[in-house]
Amino acid sequence: MTRLRLLGVAVAAAGLALPSLSPSPASAQAQQQGTFDVVKARGTLICGVNTGLAGFAAPDSQGQWRGLDVDYCRAIAAAMFGDATKVRYVPTTAQNRFTALQSGEVDVLPRNTTWTLSRDTSLGLDFTGINFYDGQGFMVKKALGVKSAKELNGATVCVQPGTTTEQNLTDWFRANNLRFTPVVIERIEEVNAAYLAGRCDALTTDVSGLASIRSQQGPRAEDHVILPEVISKEPLGAAVRQGDARWSDVVRWAHFVMLTAEEFGITSANVDQKLNDPNPEVQRLLGRTGELGKMLGVENNWAFQIIKQVGNYGESFQRNIGPLGIARGPNELWTKGGLQYSPPFR
Amino acid sequence: MLVIPARSLLCFDDRRGYRAQTEPRWGFRKNDNRDGENRMATGAQAAPDPRLSGARAAPKKAIRLSWSDPRVRSIFWQIVIVGAVAWVIWYLVSNTQRNLEVRKIATGFGFLWREAGLPIGESLIEYEPTNTYFRALMVGVLNTLKVAFIGCILATILGTLLGIARLSKNWLLGKLASVYVEVARDLPLLLQLLFWYVIFTALPGPRQALQPIEGWFLSNRGLKFPLLEWQFAHTVAFFLVLAGLVVTQLYARHATAVQMQTGQRPKVWPVGLGTMLAVPVAAWLVLGAPLSWDVPALRGFNFQGGGSLSPEFMALLIGLVTYTAAFVAEIVRAGILSVHSGQWEASGALGLSRGQSLRLIVLPQALRVIIPPMTSQYLNLTKNSSLAVAIGYQDIVSIANTTLNQTGQAIEGIAIIMMVYLTISLTISFFMNWYNARIALKER
Repeated sequence: MTRLRLLGVAVAAAGLALPSLSPSPASAQAQQQGTFDVVKARGTLICGVNTGLAGFAAPDSQGQWRGLDVDYCRAIAAAMFGDATKVRYVPTTAQNRFTALQSGEVDVLPRNTTWTLSRDTSLGLDFTGINFYDGQGFMVKKALGVKSAKELNGATVCVQPGTTTEQNLTDWFRANNLRFTPVVIERIEEVNAAYLAGRCDALTTDVSGLASIRSQQGPRAEDHVILPEVISKEPLGAAVRQGDARWSDVVRWAHFVMLTAEEFGITSANVDQKLNDPNPEVQRLLGRTGELGKMLGVENNWAFQIIKQVGNYGESFQRNIGPLGIARGPNELWTKGGLQYSPPFR
Repeated sequence: MLVIPARSLLCFDDRRGYRAQTEPRWGFRKNDNRDGENRMATGAQAAPDPRLSGARAAPKKAIRLSWSDPRVRSIFWQIVIVGAVAWVIWYLVSNTQRNLEVRKIATGFGFLWREAGLPIGESLIEYEPTNTYFRALMVGVLNTLKVAFIGCILATILGTLLGIARLSKNWLLGKLASVYVEVARDLPLLLQLLFWYVIFTALPGPRQALQPIEGWFLSNRGLKFPLLEWQFAHTVAFFLVLAGLVVTQLYARHATAVQMQTGQRPKVWPVGLGTMLAVPVAAWLVLGAPLSWDVPALRGFNFQGGGSLSPEFMALLIGLVTYTAAFVAEIVRAGILSVHSGQWEASGALGLSRGQSLRLIVLPQALRVIIPPMTSQYLNLTKNSSLAVAIGYQDIVSIANTTLNQTGQAIEGIAIIMMVYLTISLTISFFMNWYNARIALKER
């Protein structure tokens, strides 16, 4: 499997080298034409998501992809084609996700990816927004009796490589003058298995990820405890290729539609009635007045389609993240003391 | 006409003949026995055959600028092919450069000197996350070399024993070796590695560690064992052992010379024992006989002190060794079977025991068949060590993958991995080819 992954990176790298020879679905034509036109002409969106992280992107028992990031993909498809199902999901690992986007294998990458300066610049990416405010934490077995991450001196810590997690871990231990032994395994399933088998004293990743892993333990979830320290800021968002302004606008505003809908209390259930809401901002958002959709280059009822087929941000959060037992916290709307804030639809 | 020198039973076959080619009659017989093609080839080395000299040499012709001249044709095609290859390479390089530029992806190897910040679990050299990517990659290379080097040695030993065991006249031993070979080489290596890793991580935790030997602890954190606290006396003893080895070698050479002269071989082992064991021990005793052990002790989460082998390293090493040993066993078996049974019979007739026949007569000849495919197995083992990423042993692939992920420079990262494996593989090939040439049948 790992060989295949490495091969994937190599092939993607070769994809960079051979654009005209490789008829990959979203090949380098995207570069000249702009991703927007390529996606429009193709009629489906190719969305890079996680290989399987409950709450963000994971196939359910029917093989349907579900999660907060998946809803992001569906919202973009609803805006582009008026049909949220026109998405092809490409599972990407922490290792090959950027190469997949750079080489044009995927159109957009909403894959619980942390927005950092170096990724925004030297990787040739642009982040379009933050659909989940997260932070890195530690999970340990309750039996260990550890109450704080500061007590982890000398501990063995399981971590997935190639992530900001790995770097935060070393930074935090260094800053607190503690020592640790890393166990670095590529596949998230193997990392979790190593932690559960007791190879490591602690597991570290984003708190949402820890909660997701804990919830998958069923009745034994109680044996694990997430330590109170949150050691980093992890703003997760969708990334597109750099210098593709028209496309990044669509991706960015699809997210803002979901936020604004929640702000105005528009849900997938009541959006039909809200079409007759006298509030002029709702009228503009839903495309009854003004030409906001046309300005983006999509149908004027694009926002209506997103809300109708995907729902607002609160609905998506409740549906996907709620079952993990994670509170809204900073992901609450700004009107309710959170950080989620949309610029005005005007 | 096949002439078998009666007094040398061991040389019954001119290809496998065992060091008897100094026999003057062989030179004559060889020429007599070969067909025309071989005669052309050997003609250069042997004394010129009067029938061949001059008469057969092709007349020298000036090169003509015509399609009908084969030399013109061959030059033309060589230029075309070299040109095509050069064009493809140029196209790939320039296209990559252009695409990277268009996509605004950073290029170049400047990142090697930036701070890595990635944690590494085990390394042969000092490493801190504050070190550069270059040092992190060096740690990866050394980890790969460590597992490949130890793996090749262990796989050779285990494989040779298994190969011999499979030919054993002991029914049980032979069958057990056969079953082992079939099972080990029929299961995918990745599966075996994961199997071993699960075994090692399923061991009890450090607080309930198994203690097979006093001071040795086996837990899901790996094997911890006492280390000798190294002191000056140990360094002295170590160099004396090395000196003893050289002396023993020289004495063995002298013993061989004496044997050639007199037929009596002086005993070598007392000299070896004296110089390699008695002298170093005496020196160590004179220097105060220091002996203290750094015994691992449970402190906090884990054992502190002593030496340790991580579960990742052990799982990878055992997986690679058991898998490759099965192939080595088959190569050794094939090598031994390739030696004609007449060699066994002849050496038996000379009064050698079966063990002596194997060691002195058969194995030296079998080596010529064994070495070339063994090179491939060593290369396979080294390359298979890249499966380490699956079980979290931080080899060059693991660290280069992380590096390329953090810097986003996939092409440079992949190029580094390829360069490292190419260098290691070429070194192995070079060494094995040298060894192969050394043990090759010496035609005189």
